[in-house]
Amino acid sequence: MKRYSFLELAKNAFSAHQNWGRQWRSPEPKAEYDVVIVGAGGHGLATAYYLAKEHGVRNVAVIEKGWLGGGNTGRNTTIVRSNYLWEESAALYNHAIGLWHGLSQELNYNVMYSARGVMMLAHTVHDIQVAQRHIHANRLAGVQNEWLTPEKAKEYCPPLNISKNIRYPVMGAALQRVGGTARHDAVAWGYARGADDMGVDIIQNCAVTGIRRGQDGAVEGVETSKGFIKAKKIGVVAAGHTSTVMDMAGVRMPLESFPLQALVSEPVKPAFPCVVMSNTIHAYISQSDKGELVIGAGTDQFISYSQTGGIHISNHTIDAICELFPQFRRMRMLRNWGGIVDVTPDRSPILSKTPVQGLYVNCGWGTGGFKATPGSGHVFAHTIAKDEPHRINAPFTIDRFRTGRLIDEAAAAAVAH
Amino acid sequence: MLLVYCPYCGVSRPETEFSCRGEAHIARPADPAQTSDEDWVNFLYMRSNTKGVYVERWRHIHGCGRFFNAVRNTVSDDFLKFYKAGEPMPDLEELAKEAGK
Repeated sequence: MKRYSFLELAKNAFSAHQNWGRQWRSPEPKAEYDVVIVGAGGHGLATAYYLAKEHGVRNVAVIEKGWLGGGNTGRNTTIVRSNYLWEESAALYNHAIGLWHGLSQELNYNVMYSARGVMMLAHTVHDIQVAQRHIHANRLAGVQNEWLTPEKAKEYCPPLNISKNIRYPVMGAALQRVGGTARHDAVAWGYARGADDMGVDIIQNCAVTGIRRGQDGAVEGVETSKGFIKAKKIGVVAAGHTSTVMDMAGVRMPLESFPLQALVSEPVKPAFPCVVMSNTIHAYISQSDKGELVIGAGTDQFISYSQTGGIHISNHTIDAICELFPQFRRMRMLRNWGGIVDVTPDRSPILSKTPVQGLYVNCGWGTGGFKATPGSGHVFAHTIAKDEPHRINAPFTIDRFRTGRLIDEAAAAAVAH
Repeated sequence: MLLVYCPYCGVSRPETEFSCRGEAHIARPADPAQTSDEDWVNFLYMRSNTKGVYVERWRHIHGCGRFFNAVRNTVSDDFLKFYKAGEPMPDLEELAKEAGK
């Protein structure tokens, strides 16, 4: 792999940057792999990367129906935070935060991680109680999170409207300073480049059409639009389409897929210093380094695979943004889109072995999977390589829906349910 | 925004008048004491999450308040049929074929 450095940049300037070369190959699939990952999004690529790097499993293919990073990895609002309620979640998301800090150096690829702070607003007495409970739980679990009065919140984010005469006045905020944003595409590209360099085959435009199982029930490989590929182990990381893929192996999943919307404005000069989210009136907003306001809206109320959402959903979010940040009332929105998110009954992900030998699943990230990308890939790679979960993802089994040990994060998810 | 037809009121109204209540025809176990863990898991949590023709429950919350069922294609979001609660599940393949014409 050609390492990116200042020297390389200077050298390539002499050839007008025409000879950088490709960041990863486009190989034809081999007949057999040790591990096949279904889905080349951030989580799938990170899994392949850590399989190769930490576990020496390099005979790996990542199979993608569309193009690399073209699903929810390229559609989310790029927010990184770890202020979840339960210890299990705190461990998982904090593991990711730890990896985010050194990720650009690790991958030799600028993922533009910016710890600019994530502020979650409280608008009612109930909000304040919930936020305080989260803050105390977080402090006990070693997760940074603090309470701000409305005045302090405005100091941290000057565009915020804290006047008392709006429909839902700001009564305070929980601030996680280590939270922030990262460049979503760069995360997928960085992991793809790193994994490819260690011998992982990334096979794009190749849909998985079936999962073949042997006499003993264990997986034998995947049927794809480019023919049958033999595999000892299969990891399904297909977000909104996970239940469709798992259905091919005859495994029913506790998942429902909803369209989740986001939208961006025209680019403007730096005007917004942090990430602000509000569960109660449902809005979240940040400004990308390109200058666009990145705004997240809610999910539709019905399951759908359409990758578009109802206009009344984004409208509702824009109402809230205009009231909280009056300076943006005349901003024009450039485009909006939807991504298909797979939601579990307890709003926590599933990173687990399955009843089928050799089949593993990483799904259920719902409306907030991007933040966990490095940590998710890291522990899932461990689960596949060792055939047993990492200490951190051990609680996130499918079996928890039978034993009743749910990890209820409905209140910590950014989207009001 | 979808246009939803209420079979009780006999009118089509915007989606915001309704509340979608998930997959239809999931029967509560008749004898809870005799129901196995697996059956409880299936009843409570497992959903078919179909990509294609799917049956779901809707409730006309800002109208008559009653539950009814709908058949919808989850890729195009087109409704294929609305029917009252308690009526049997229609033949989904047949409906898909008709819609394809």
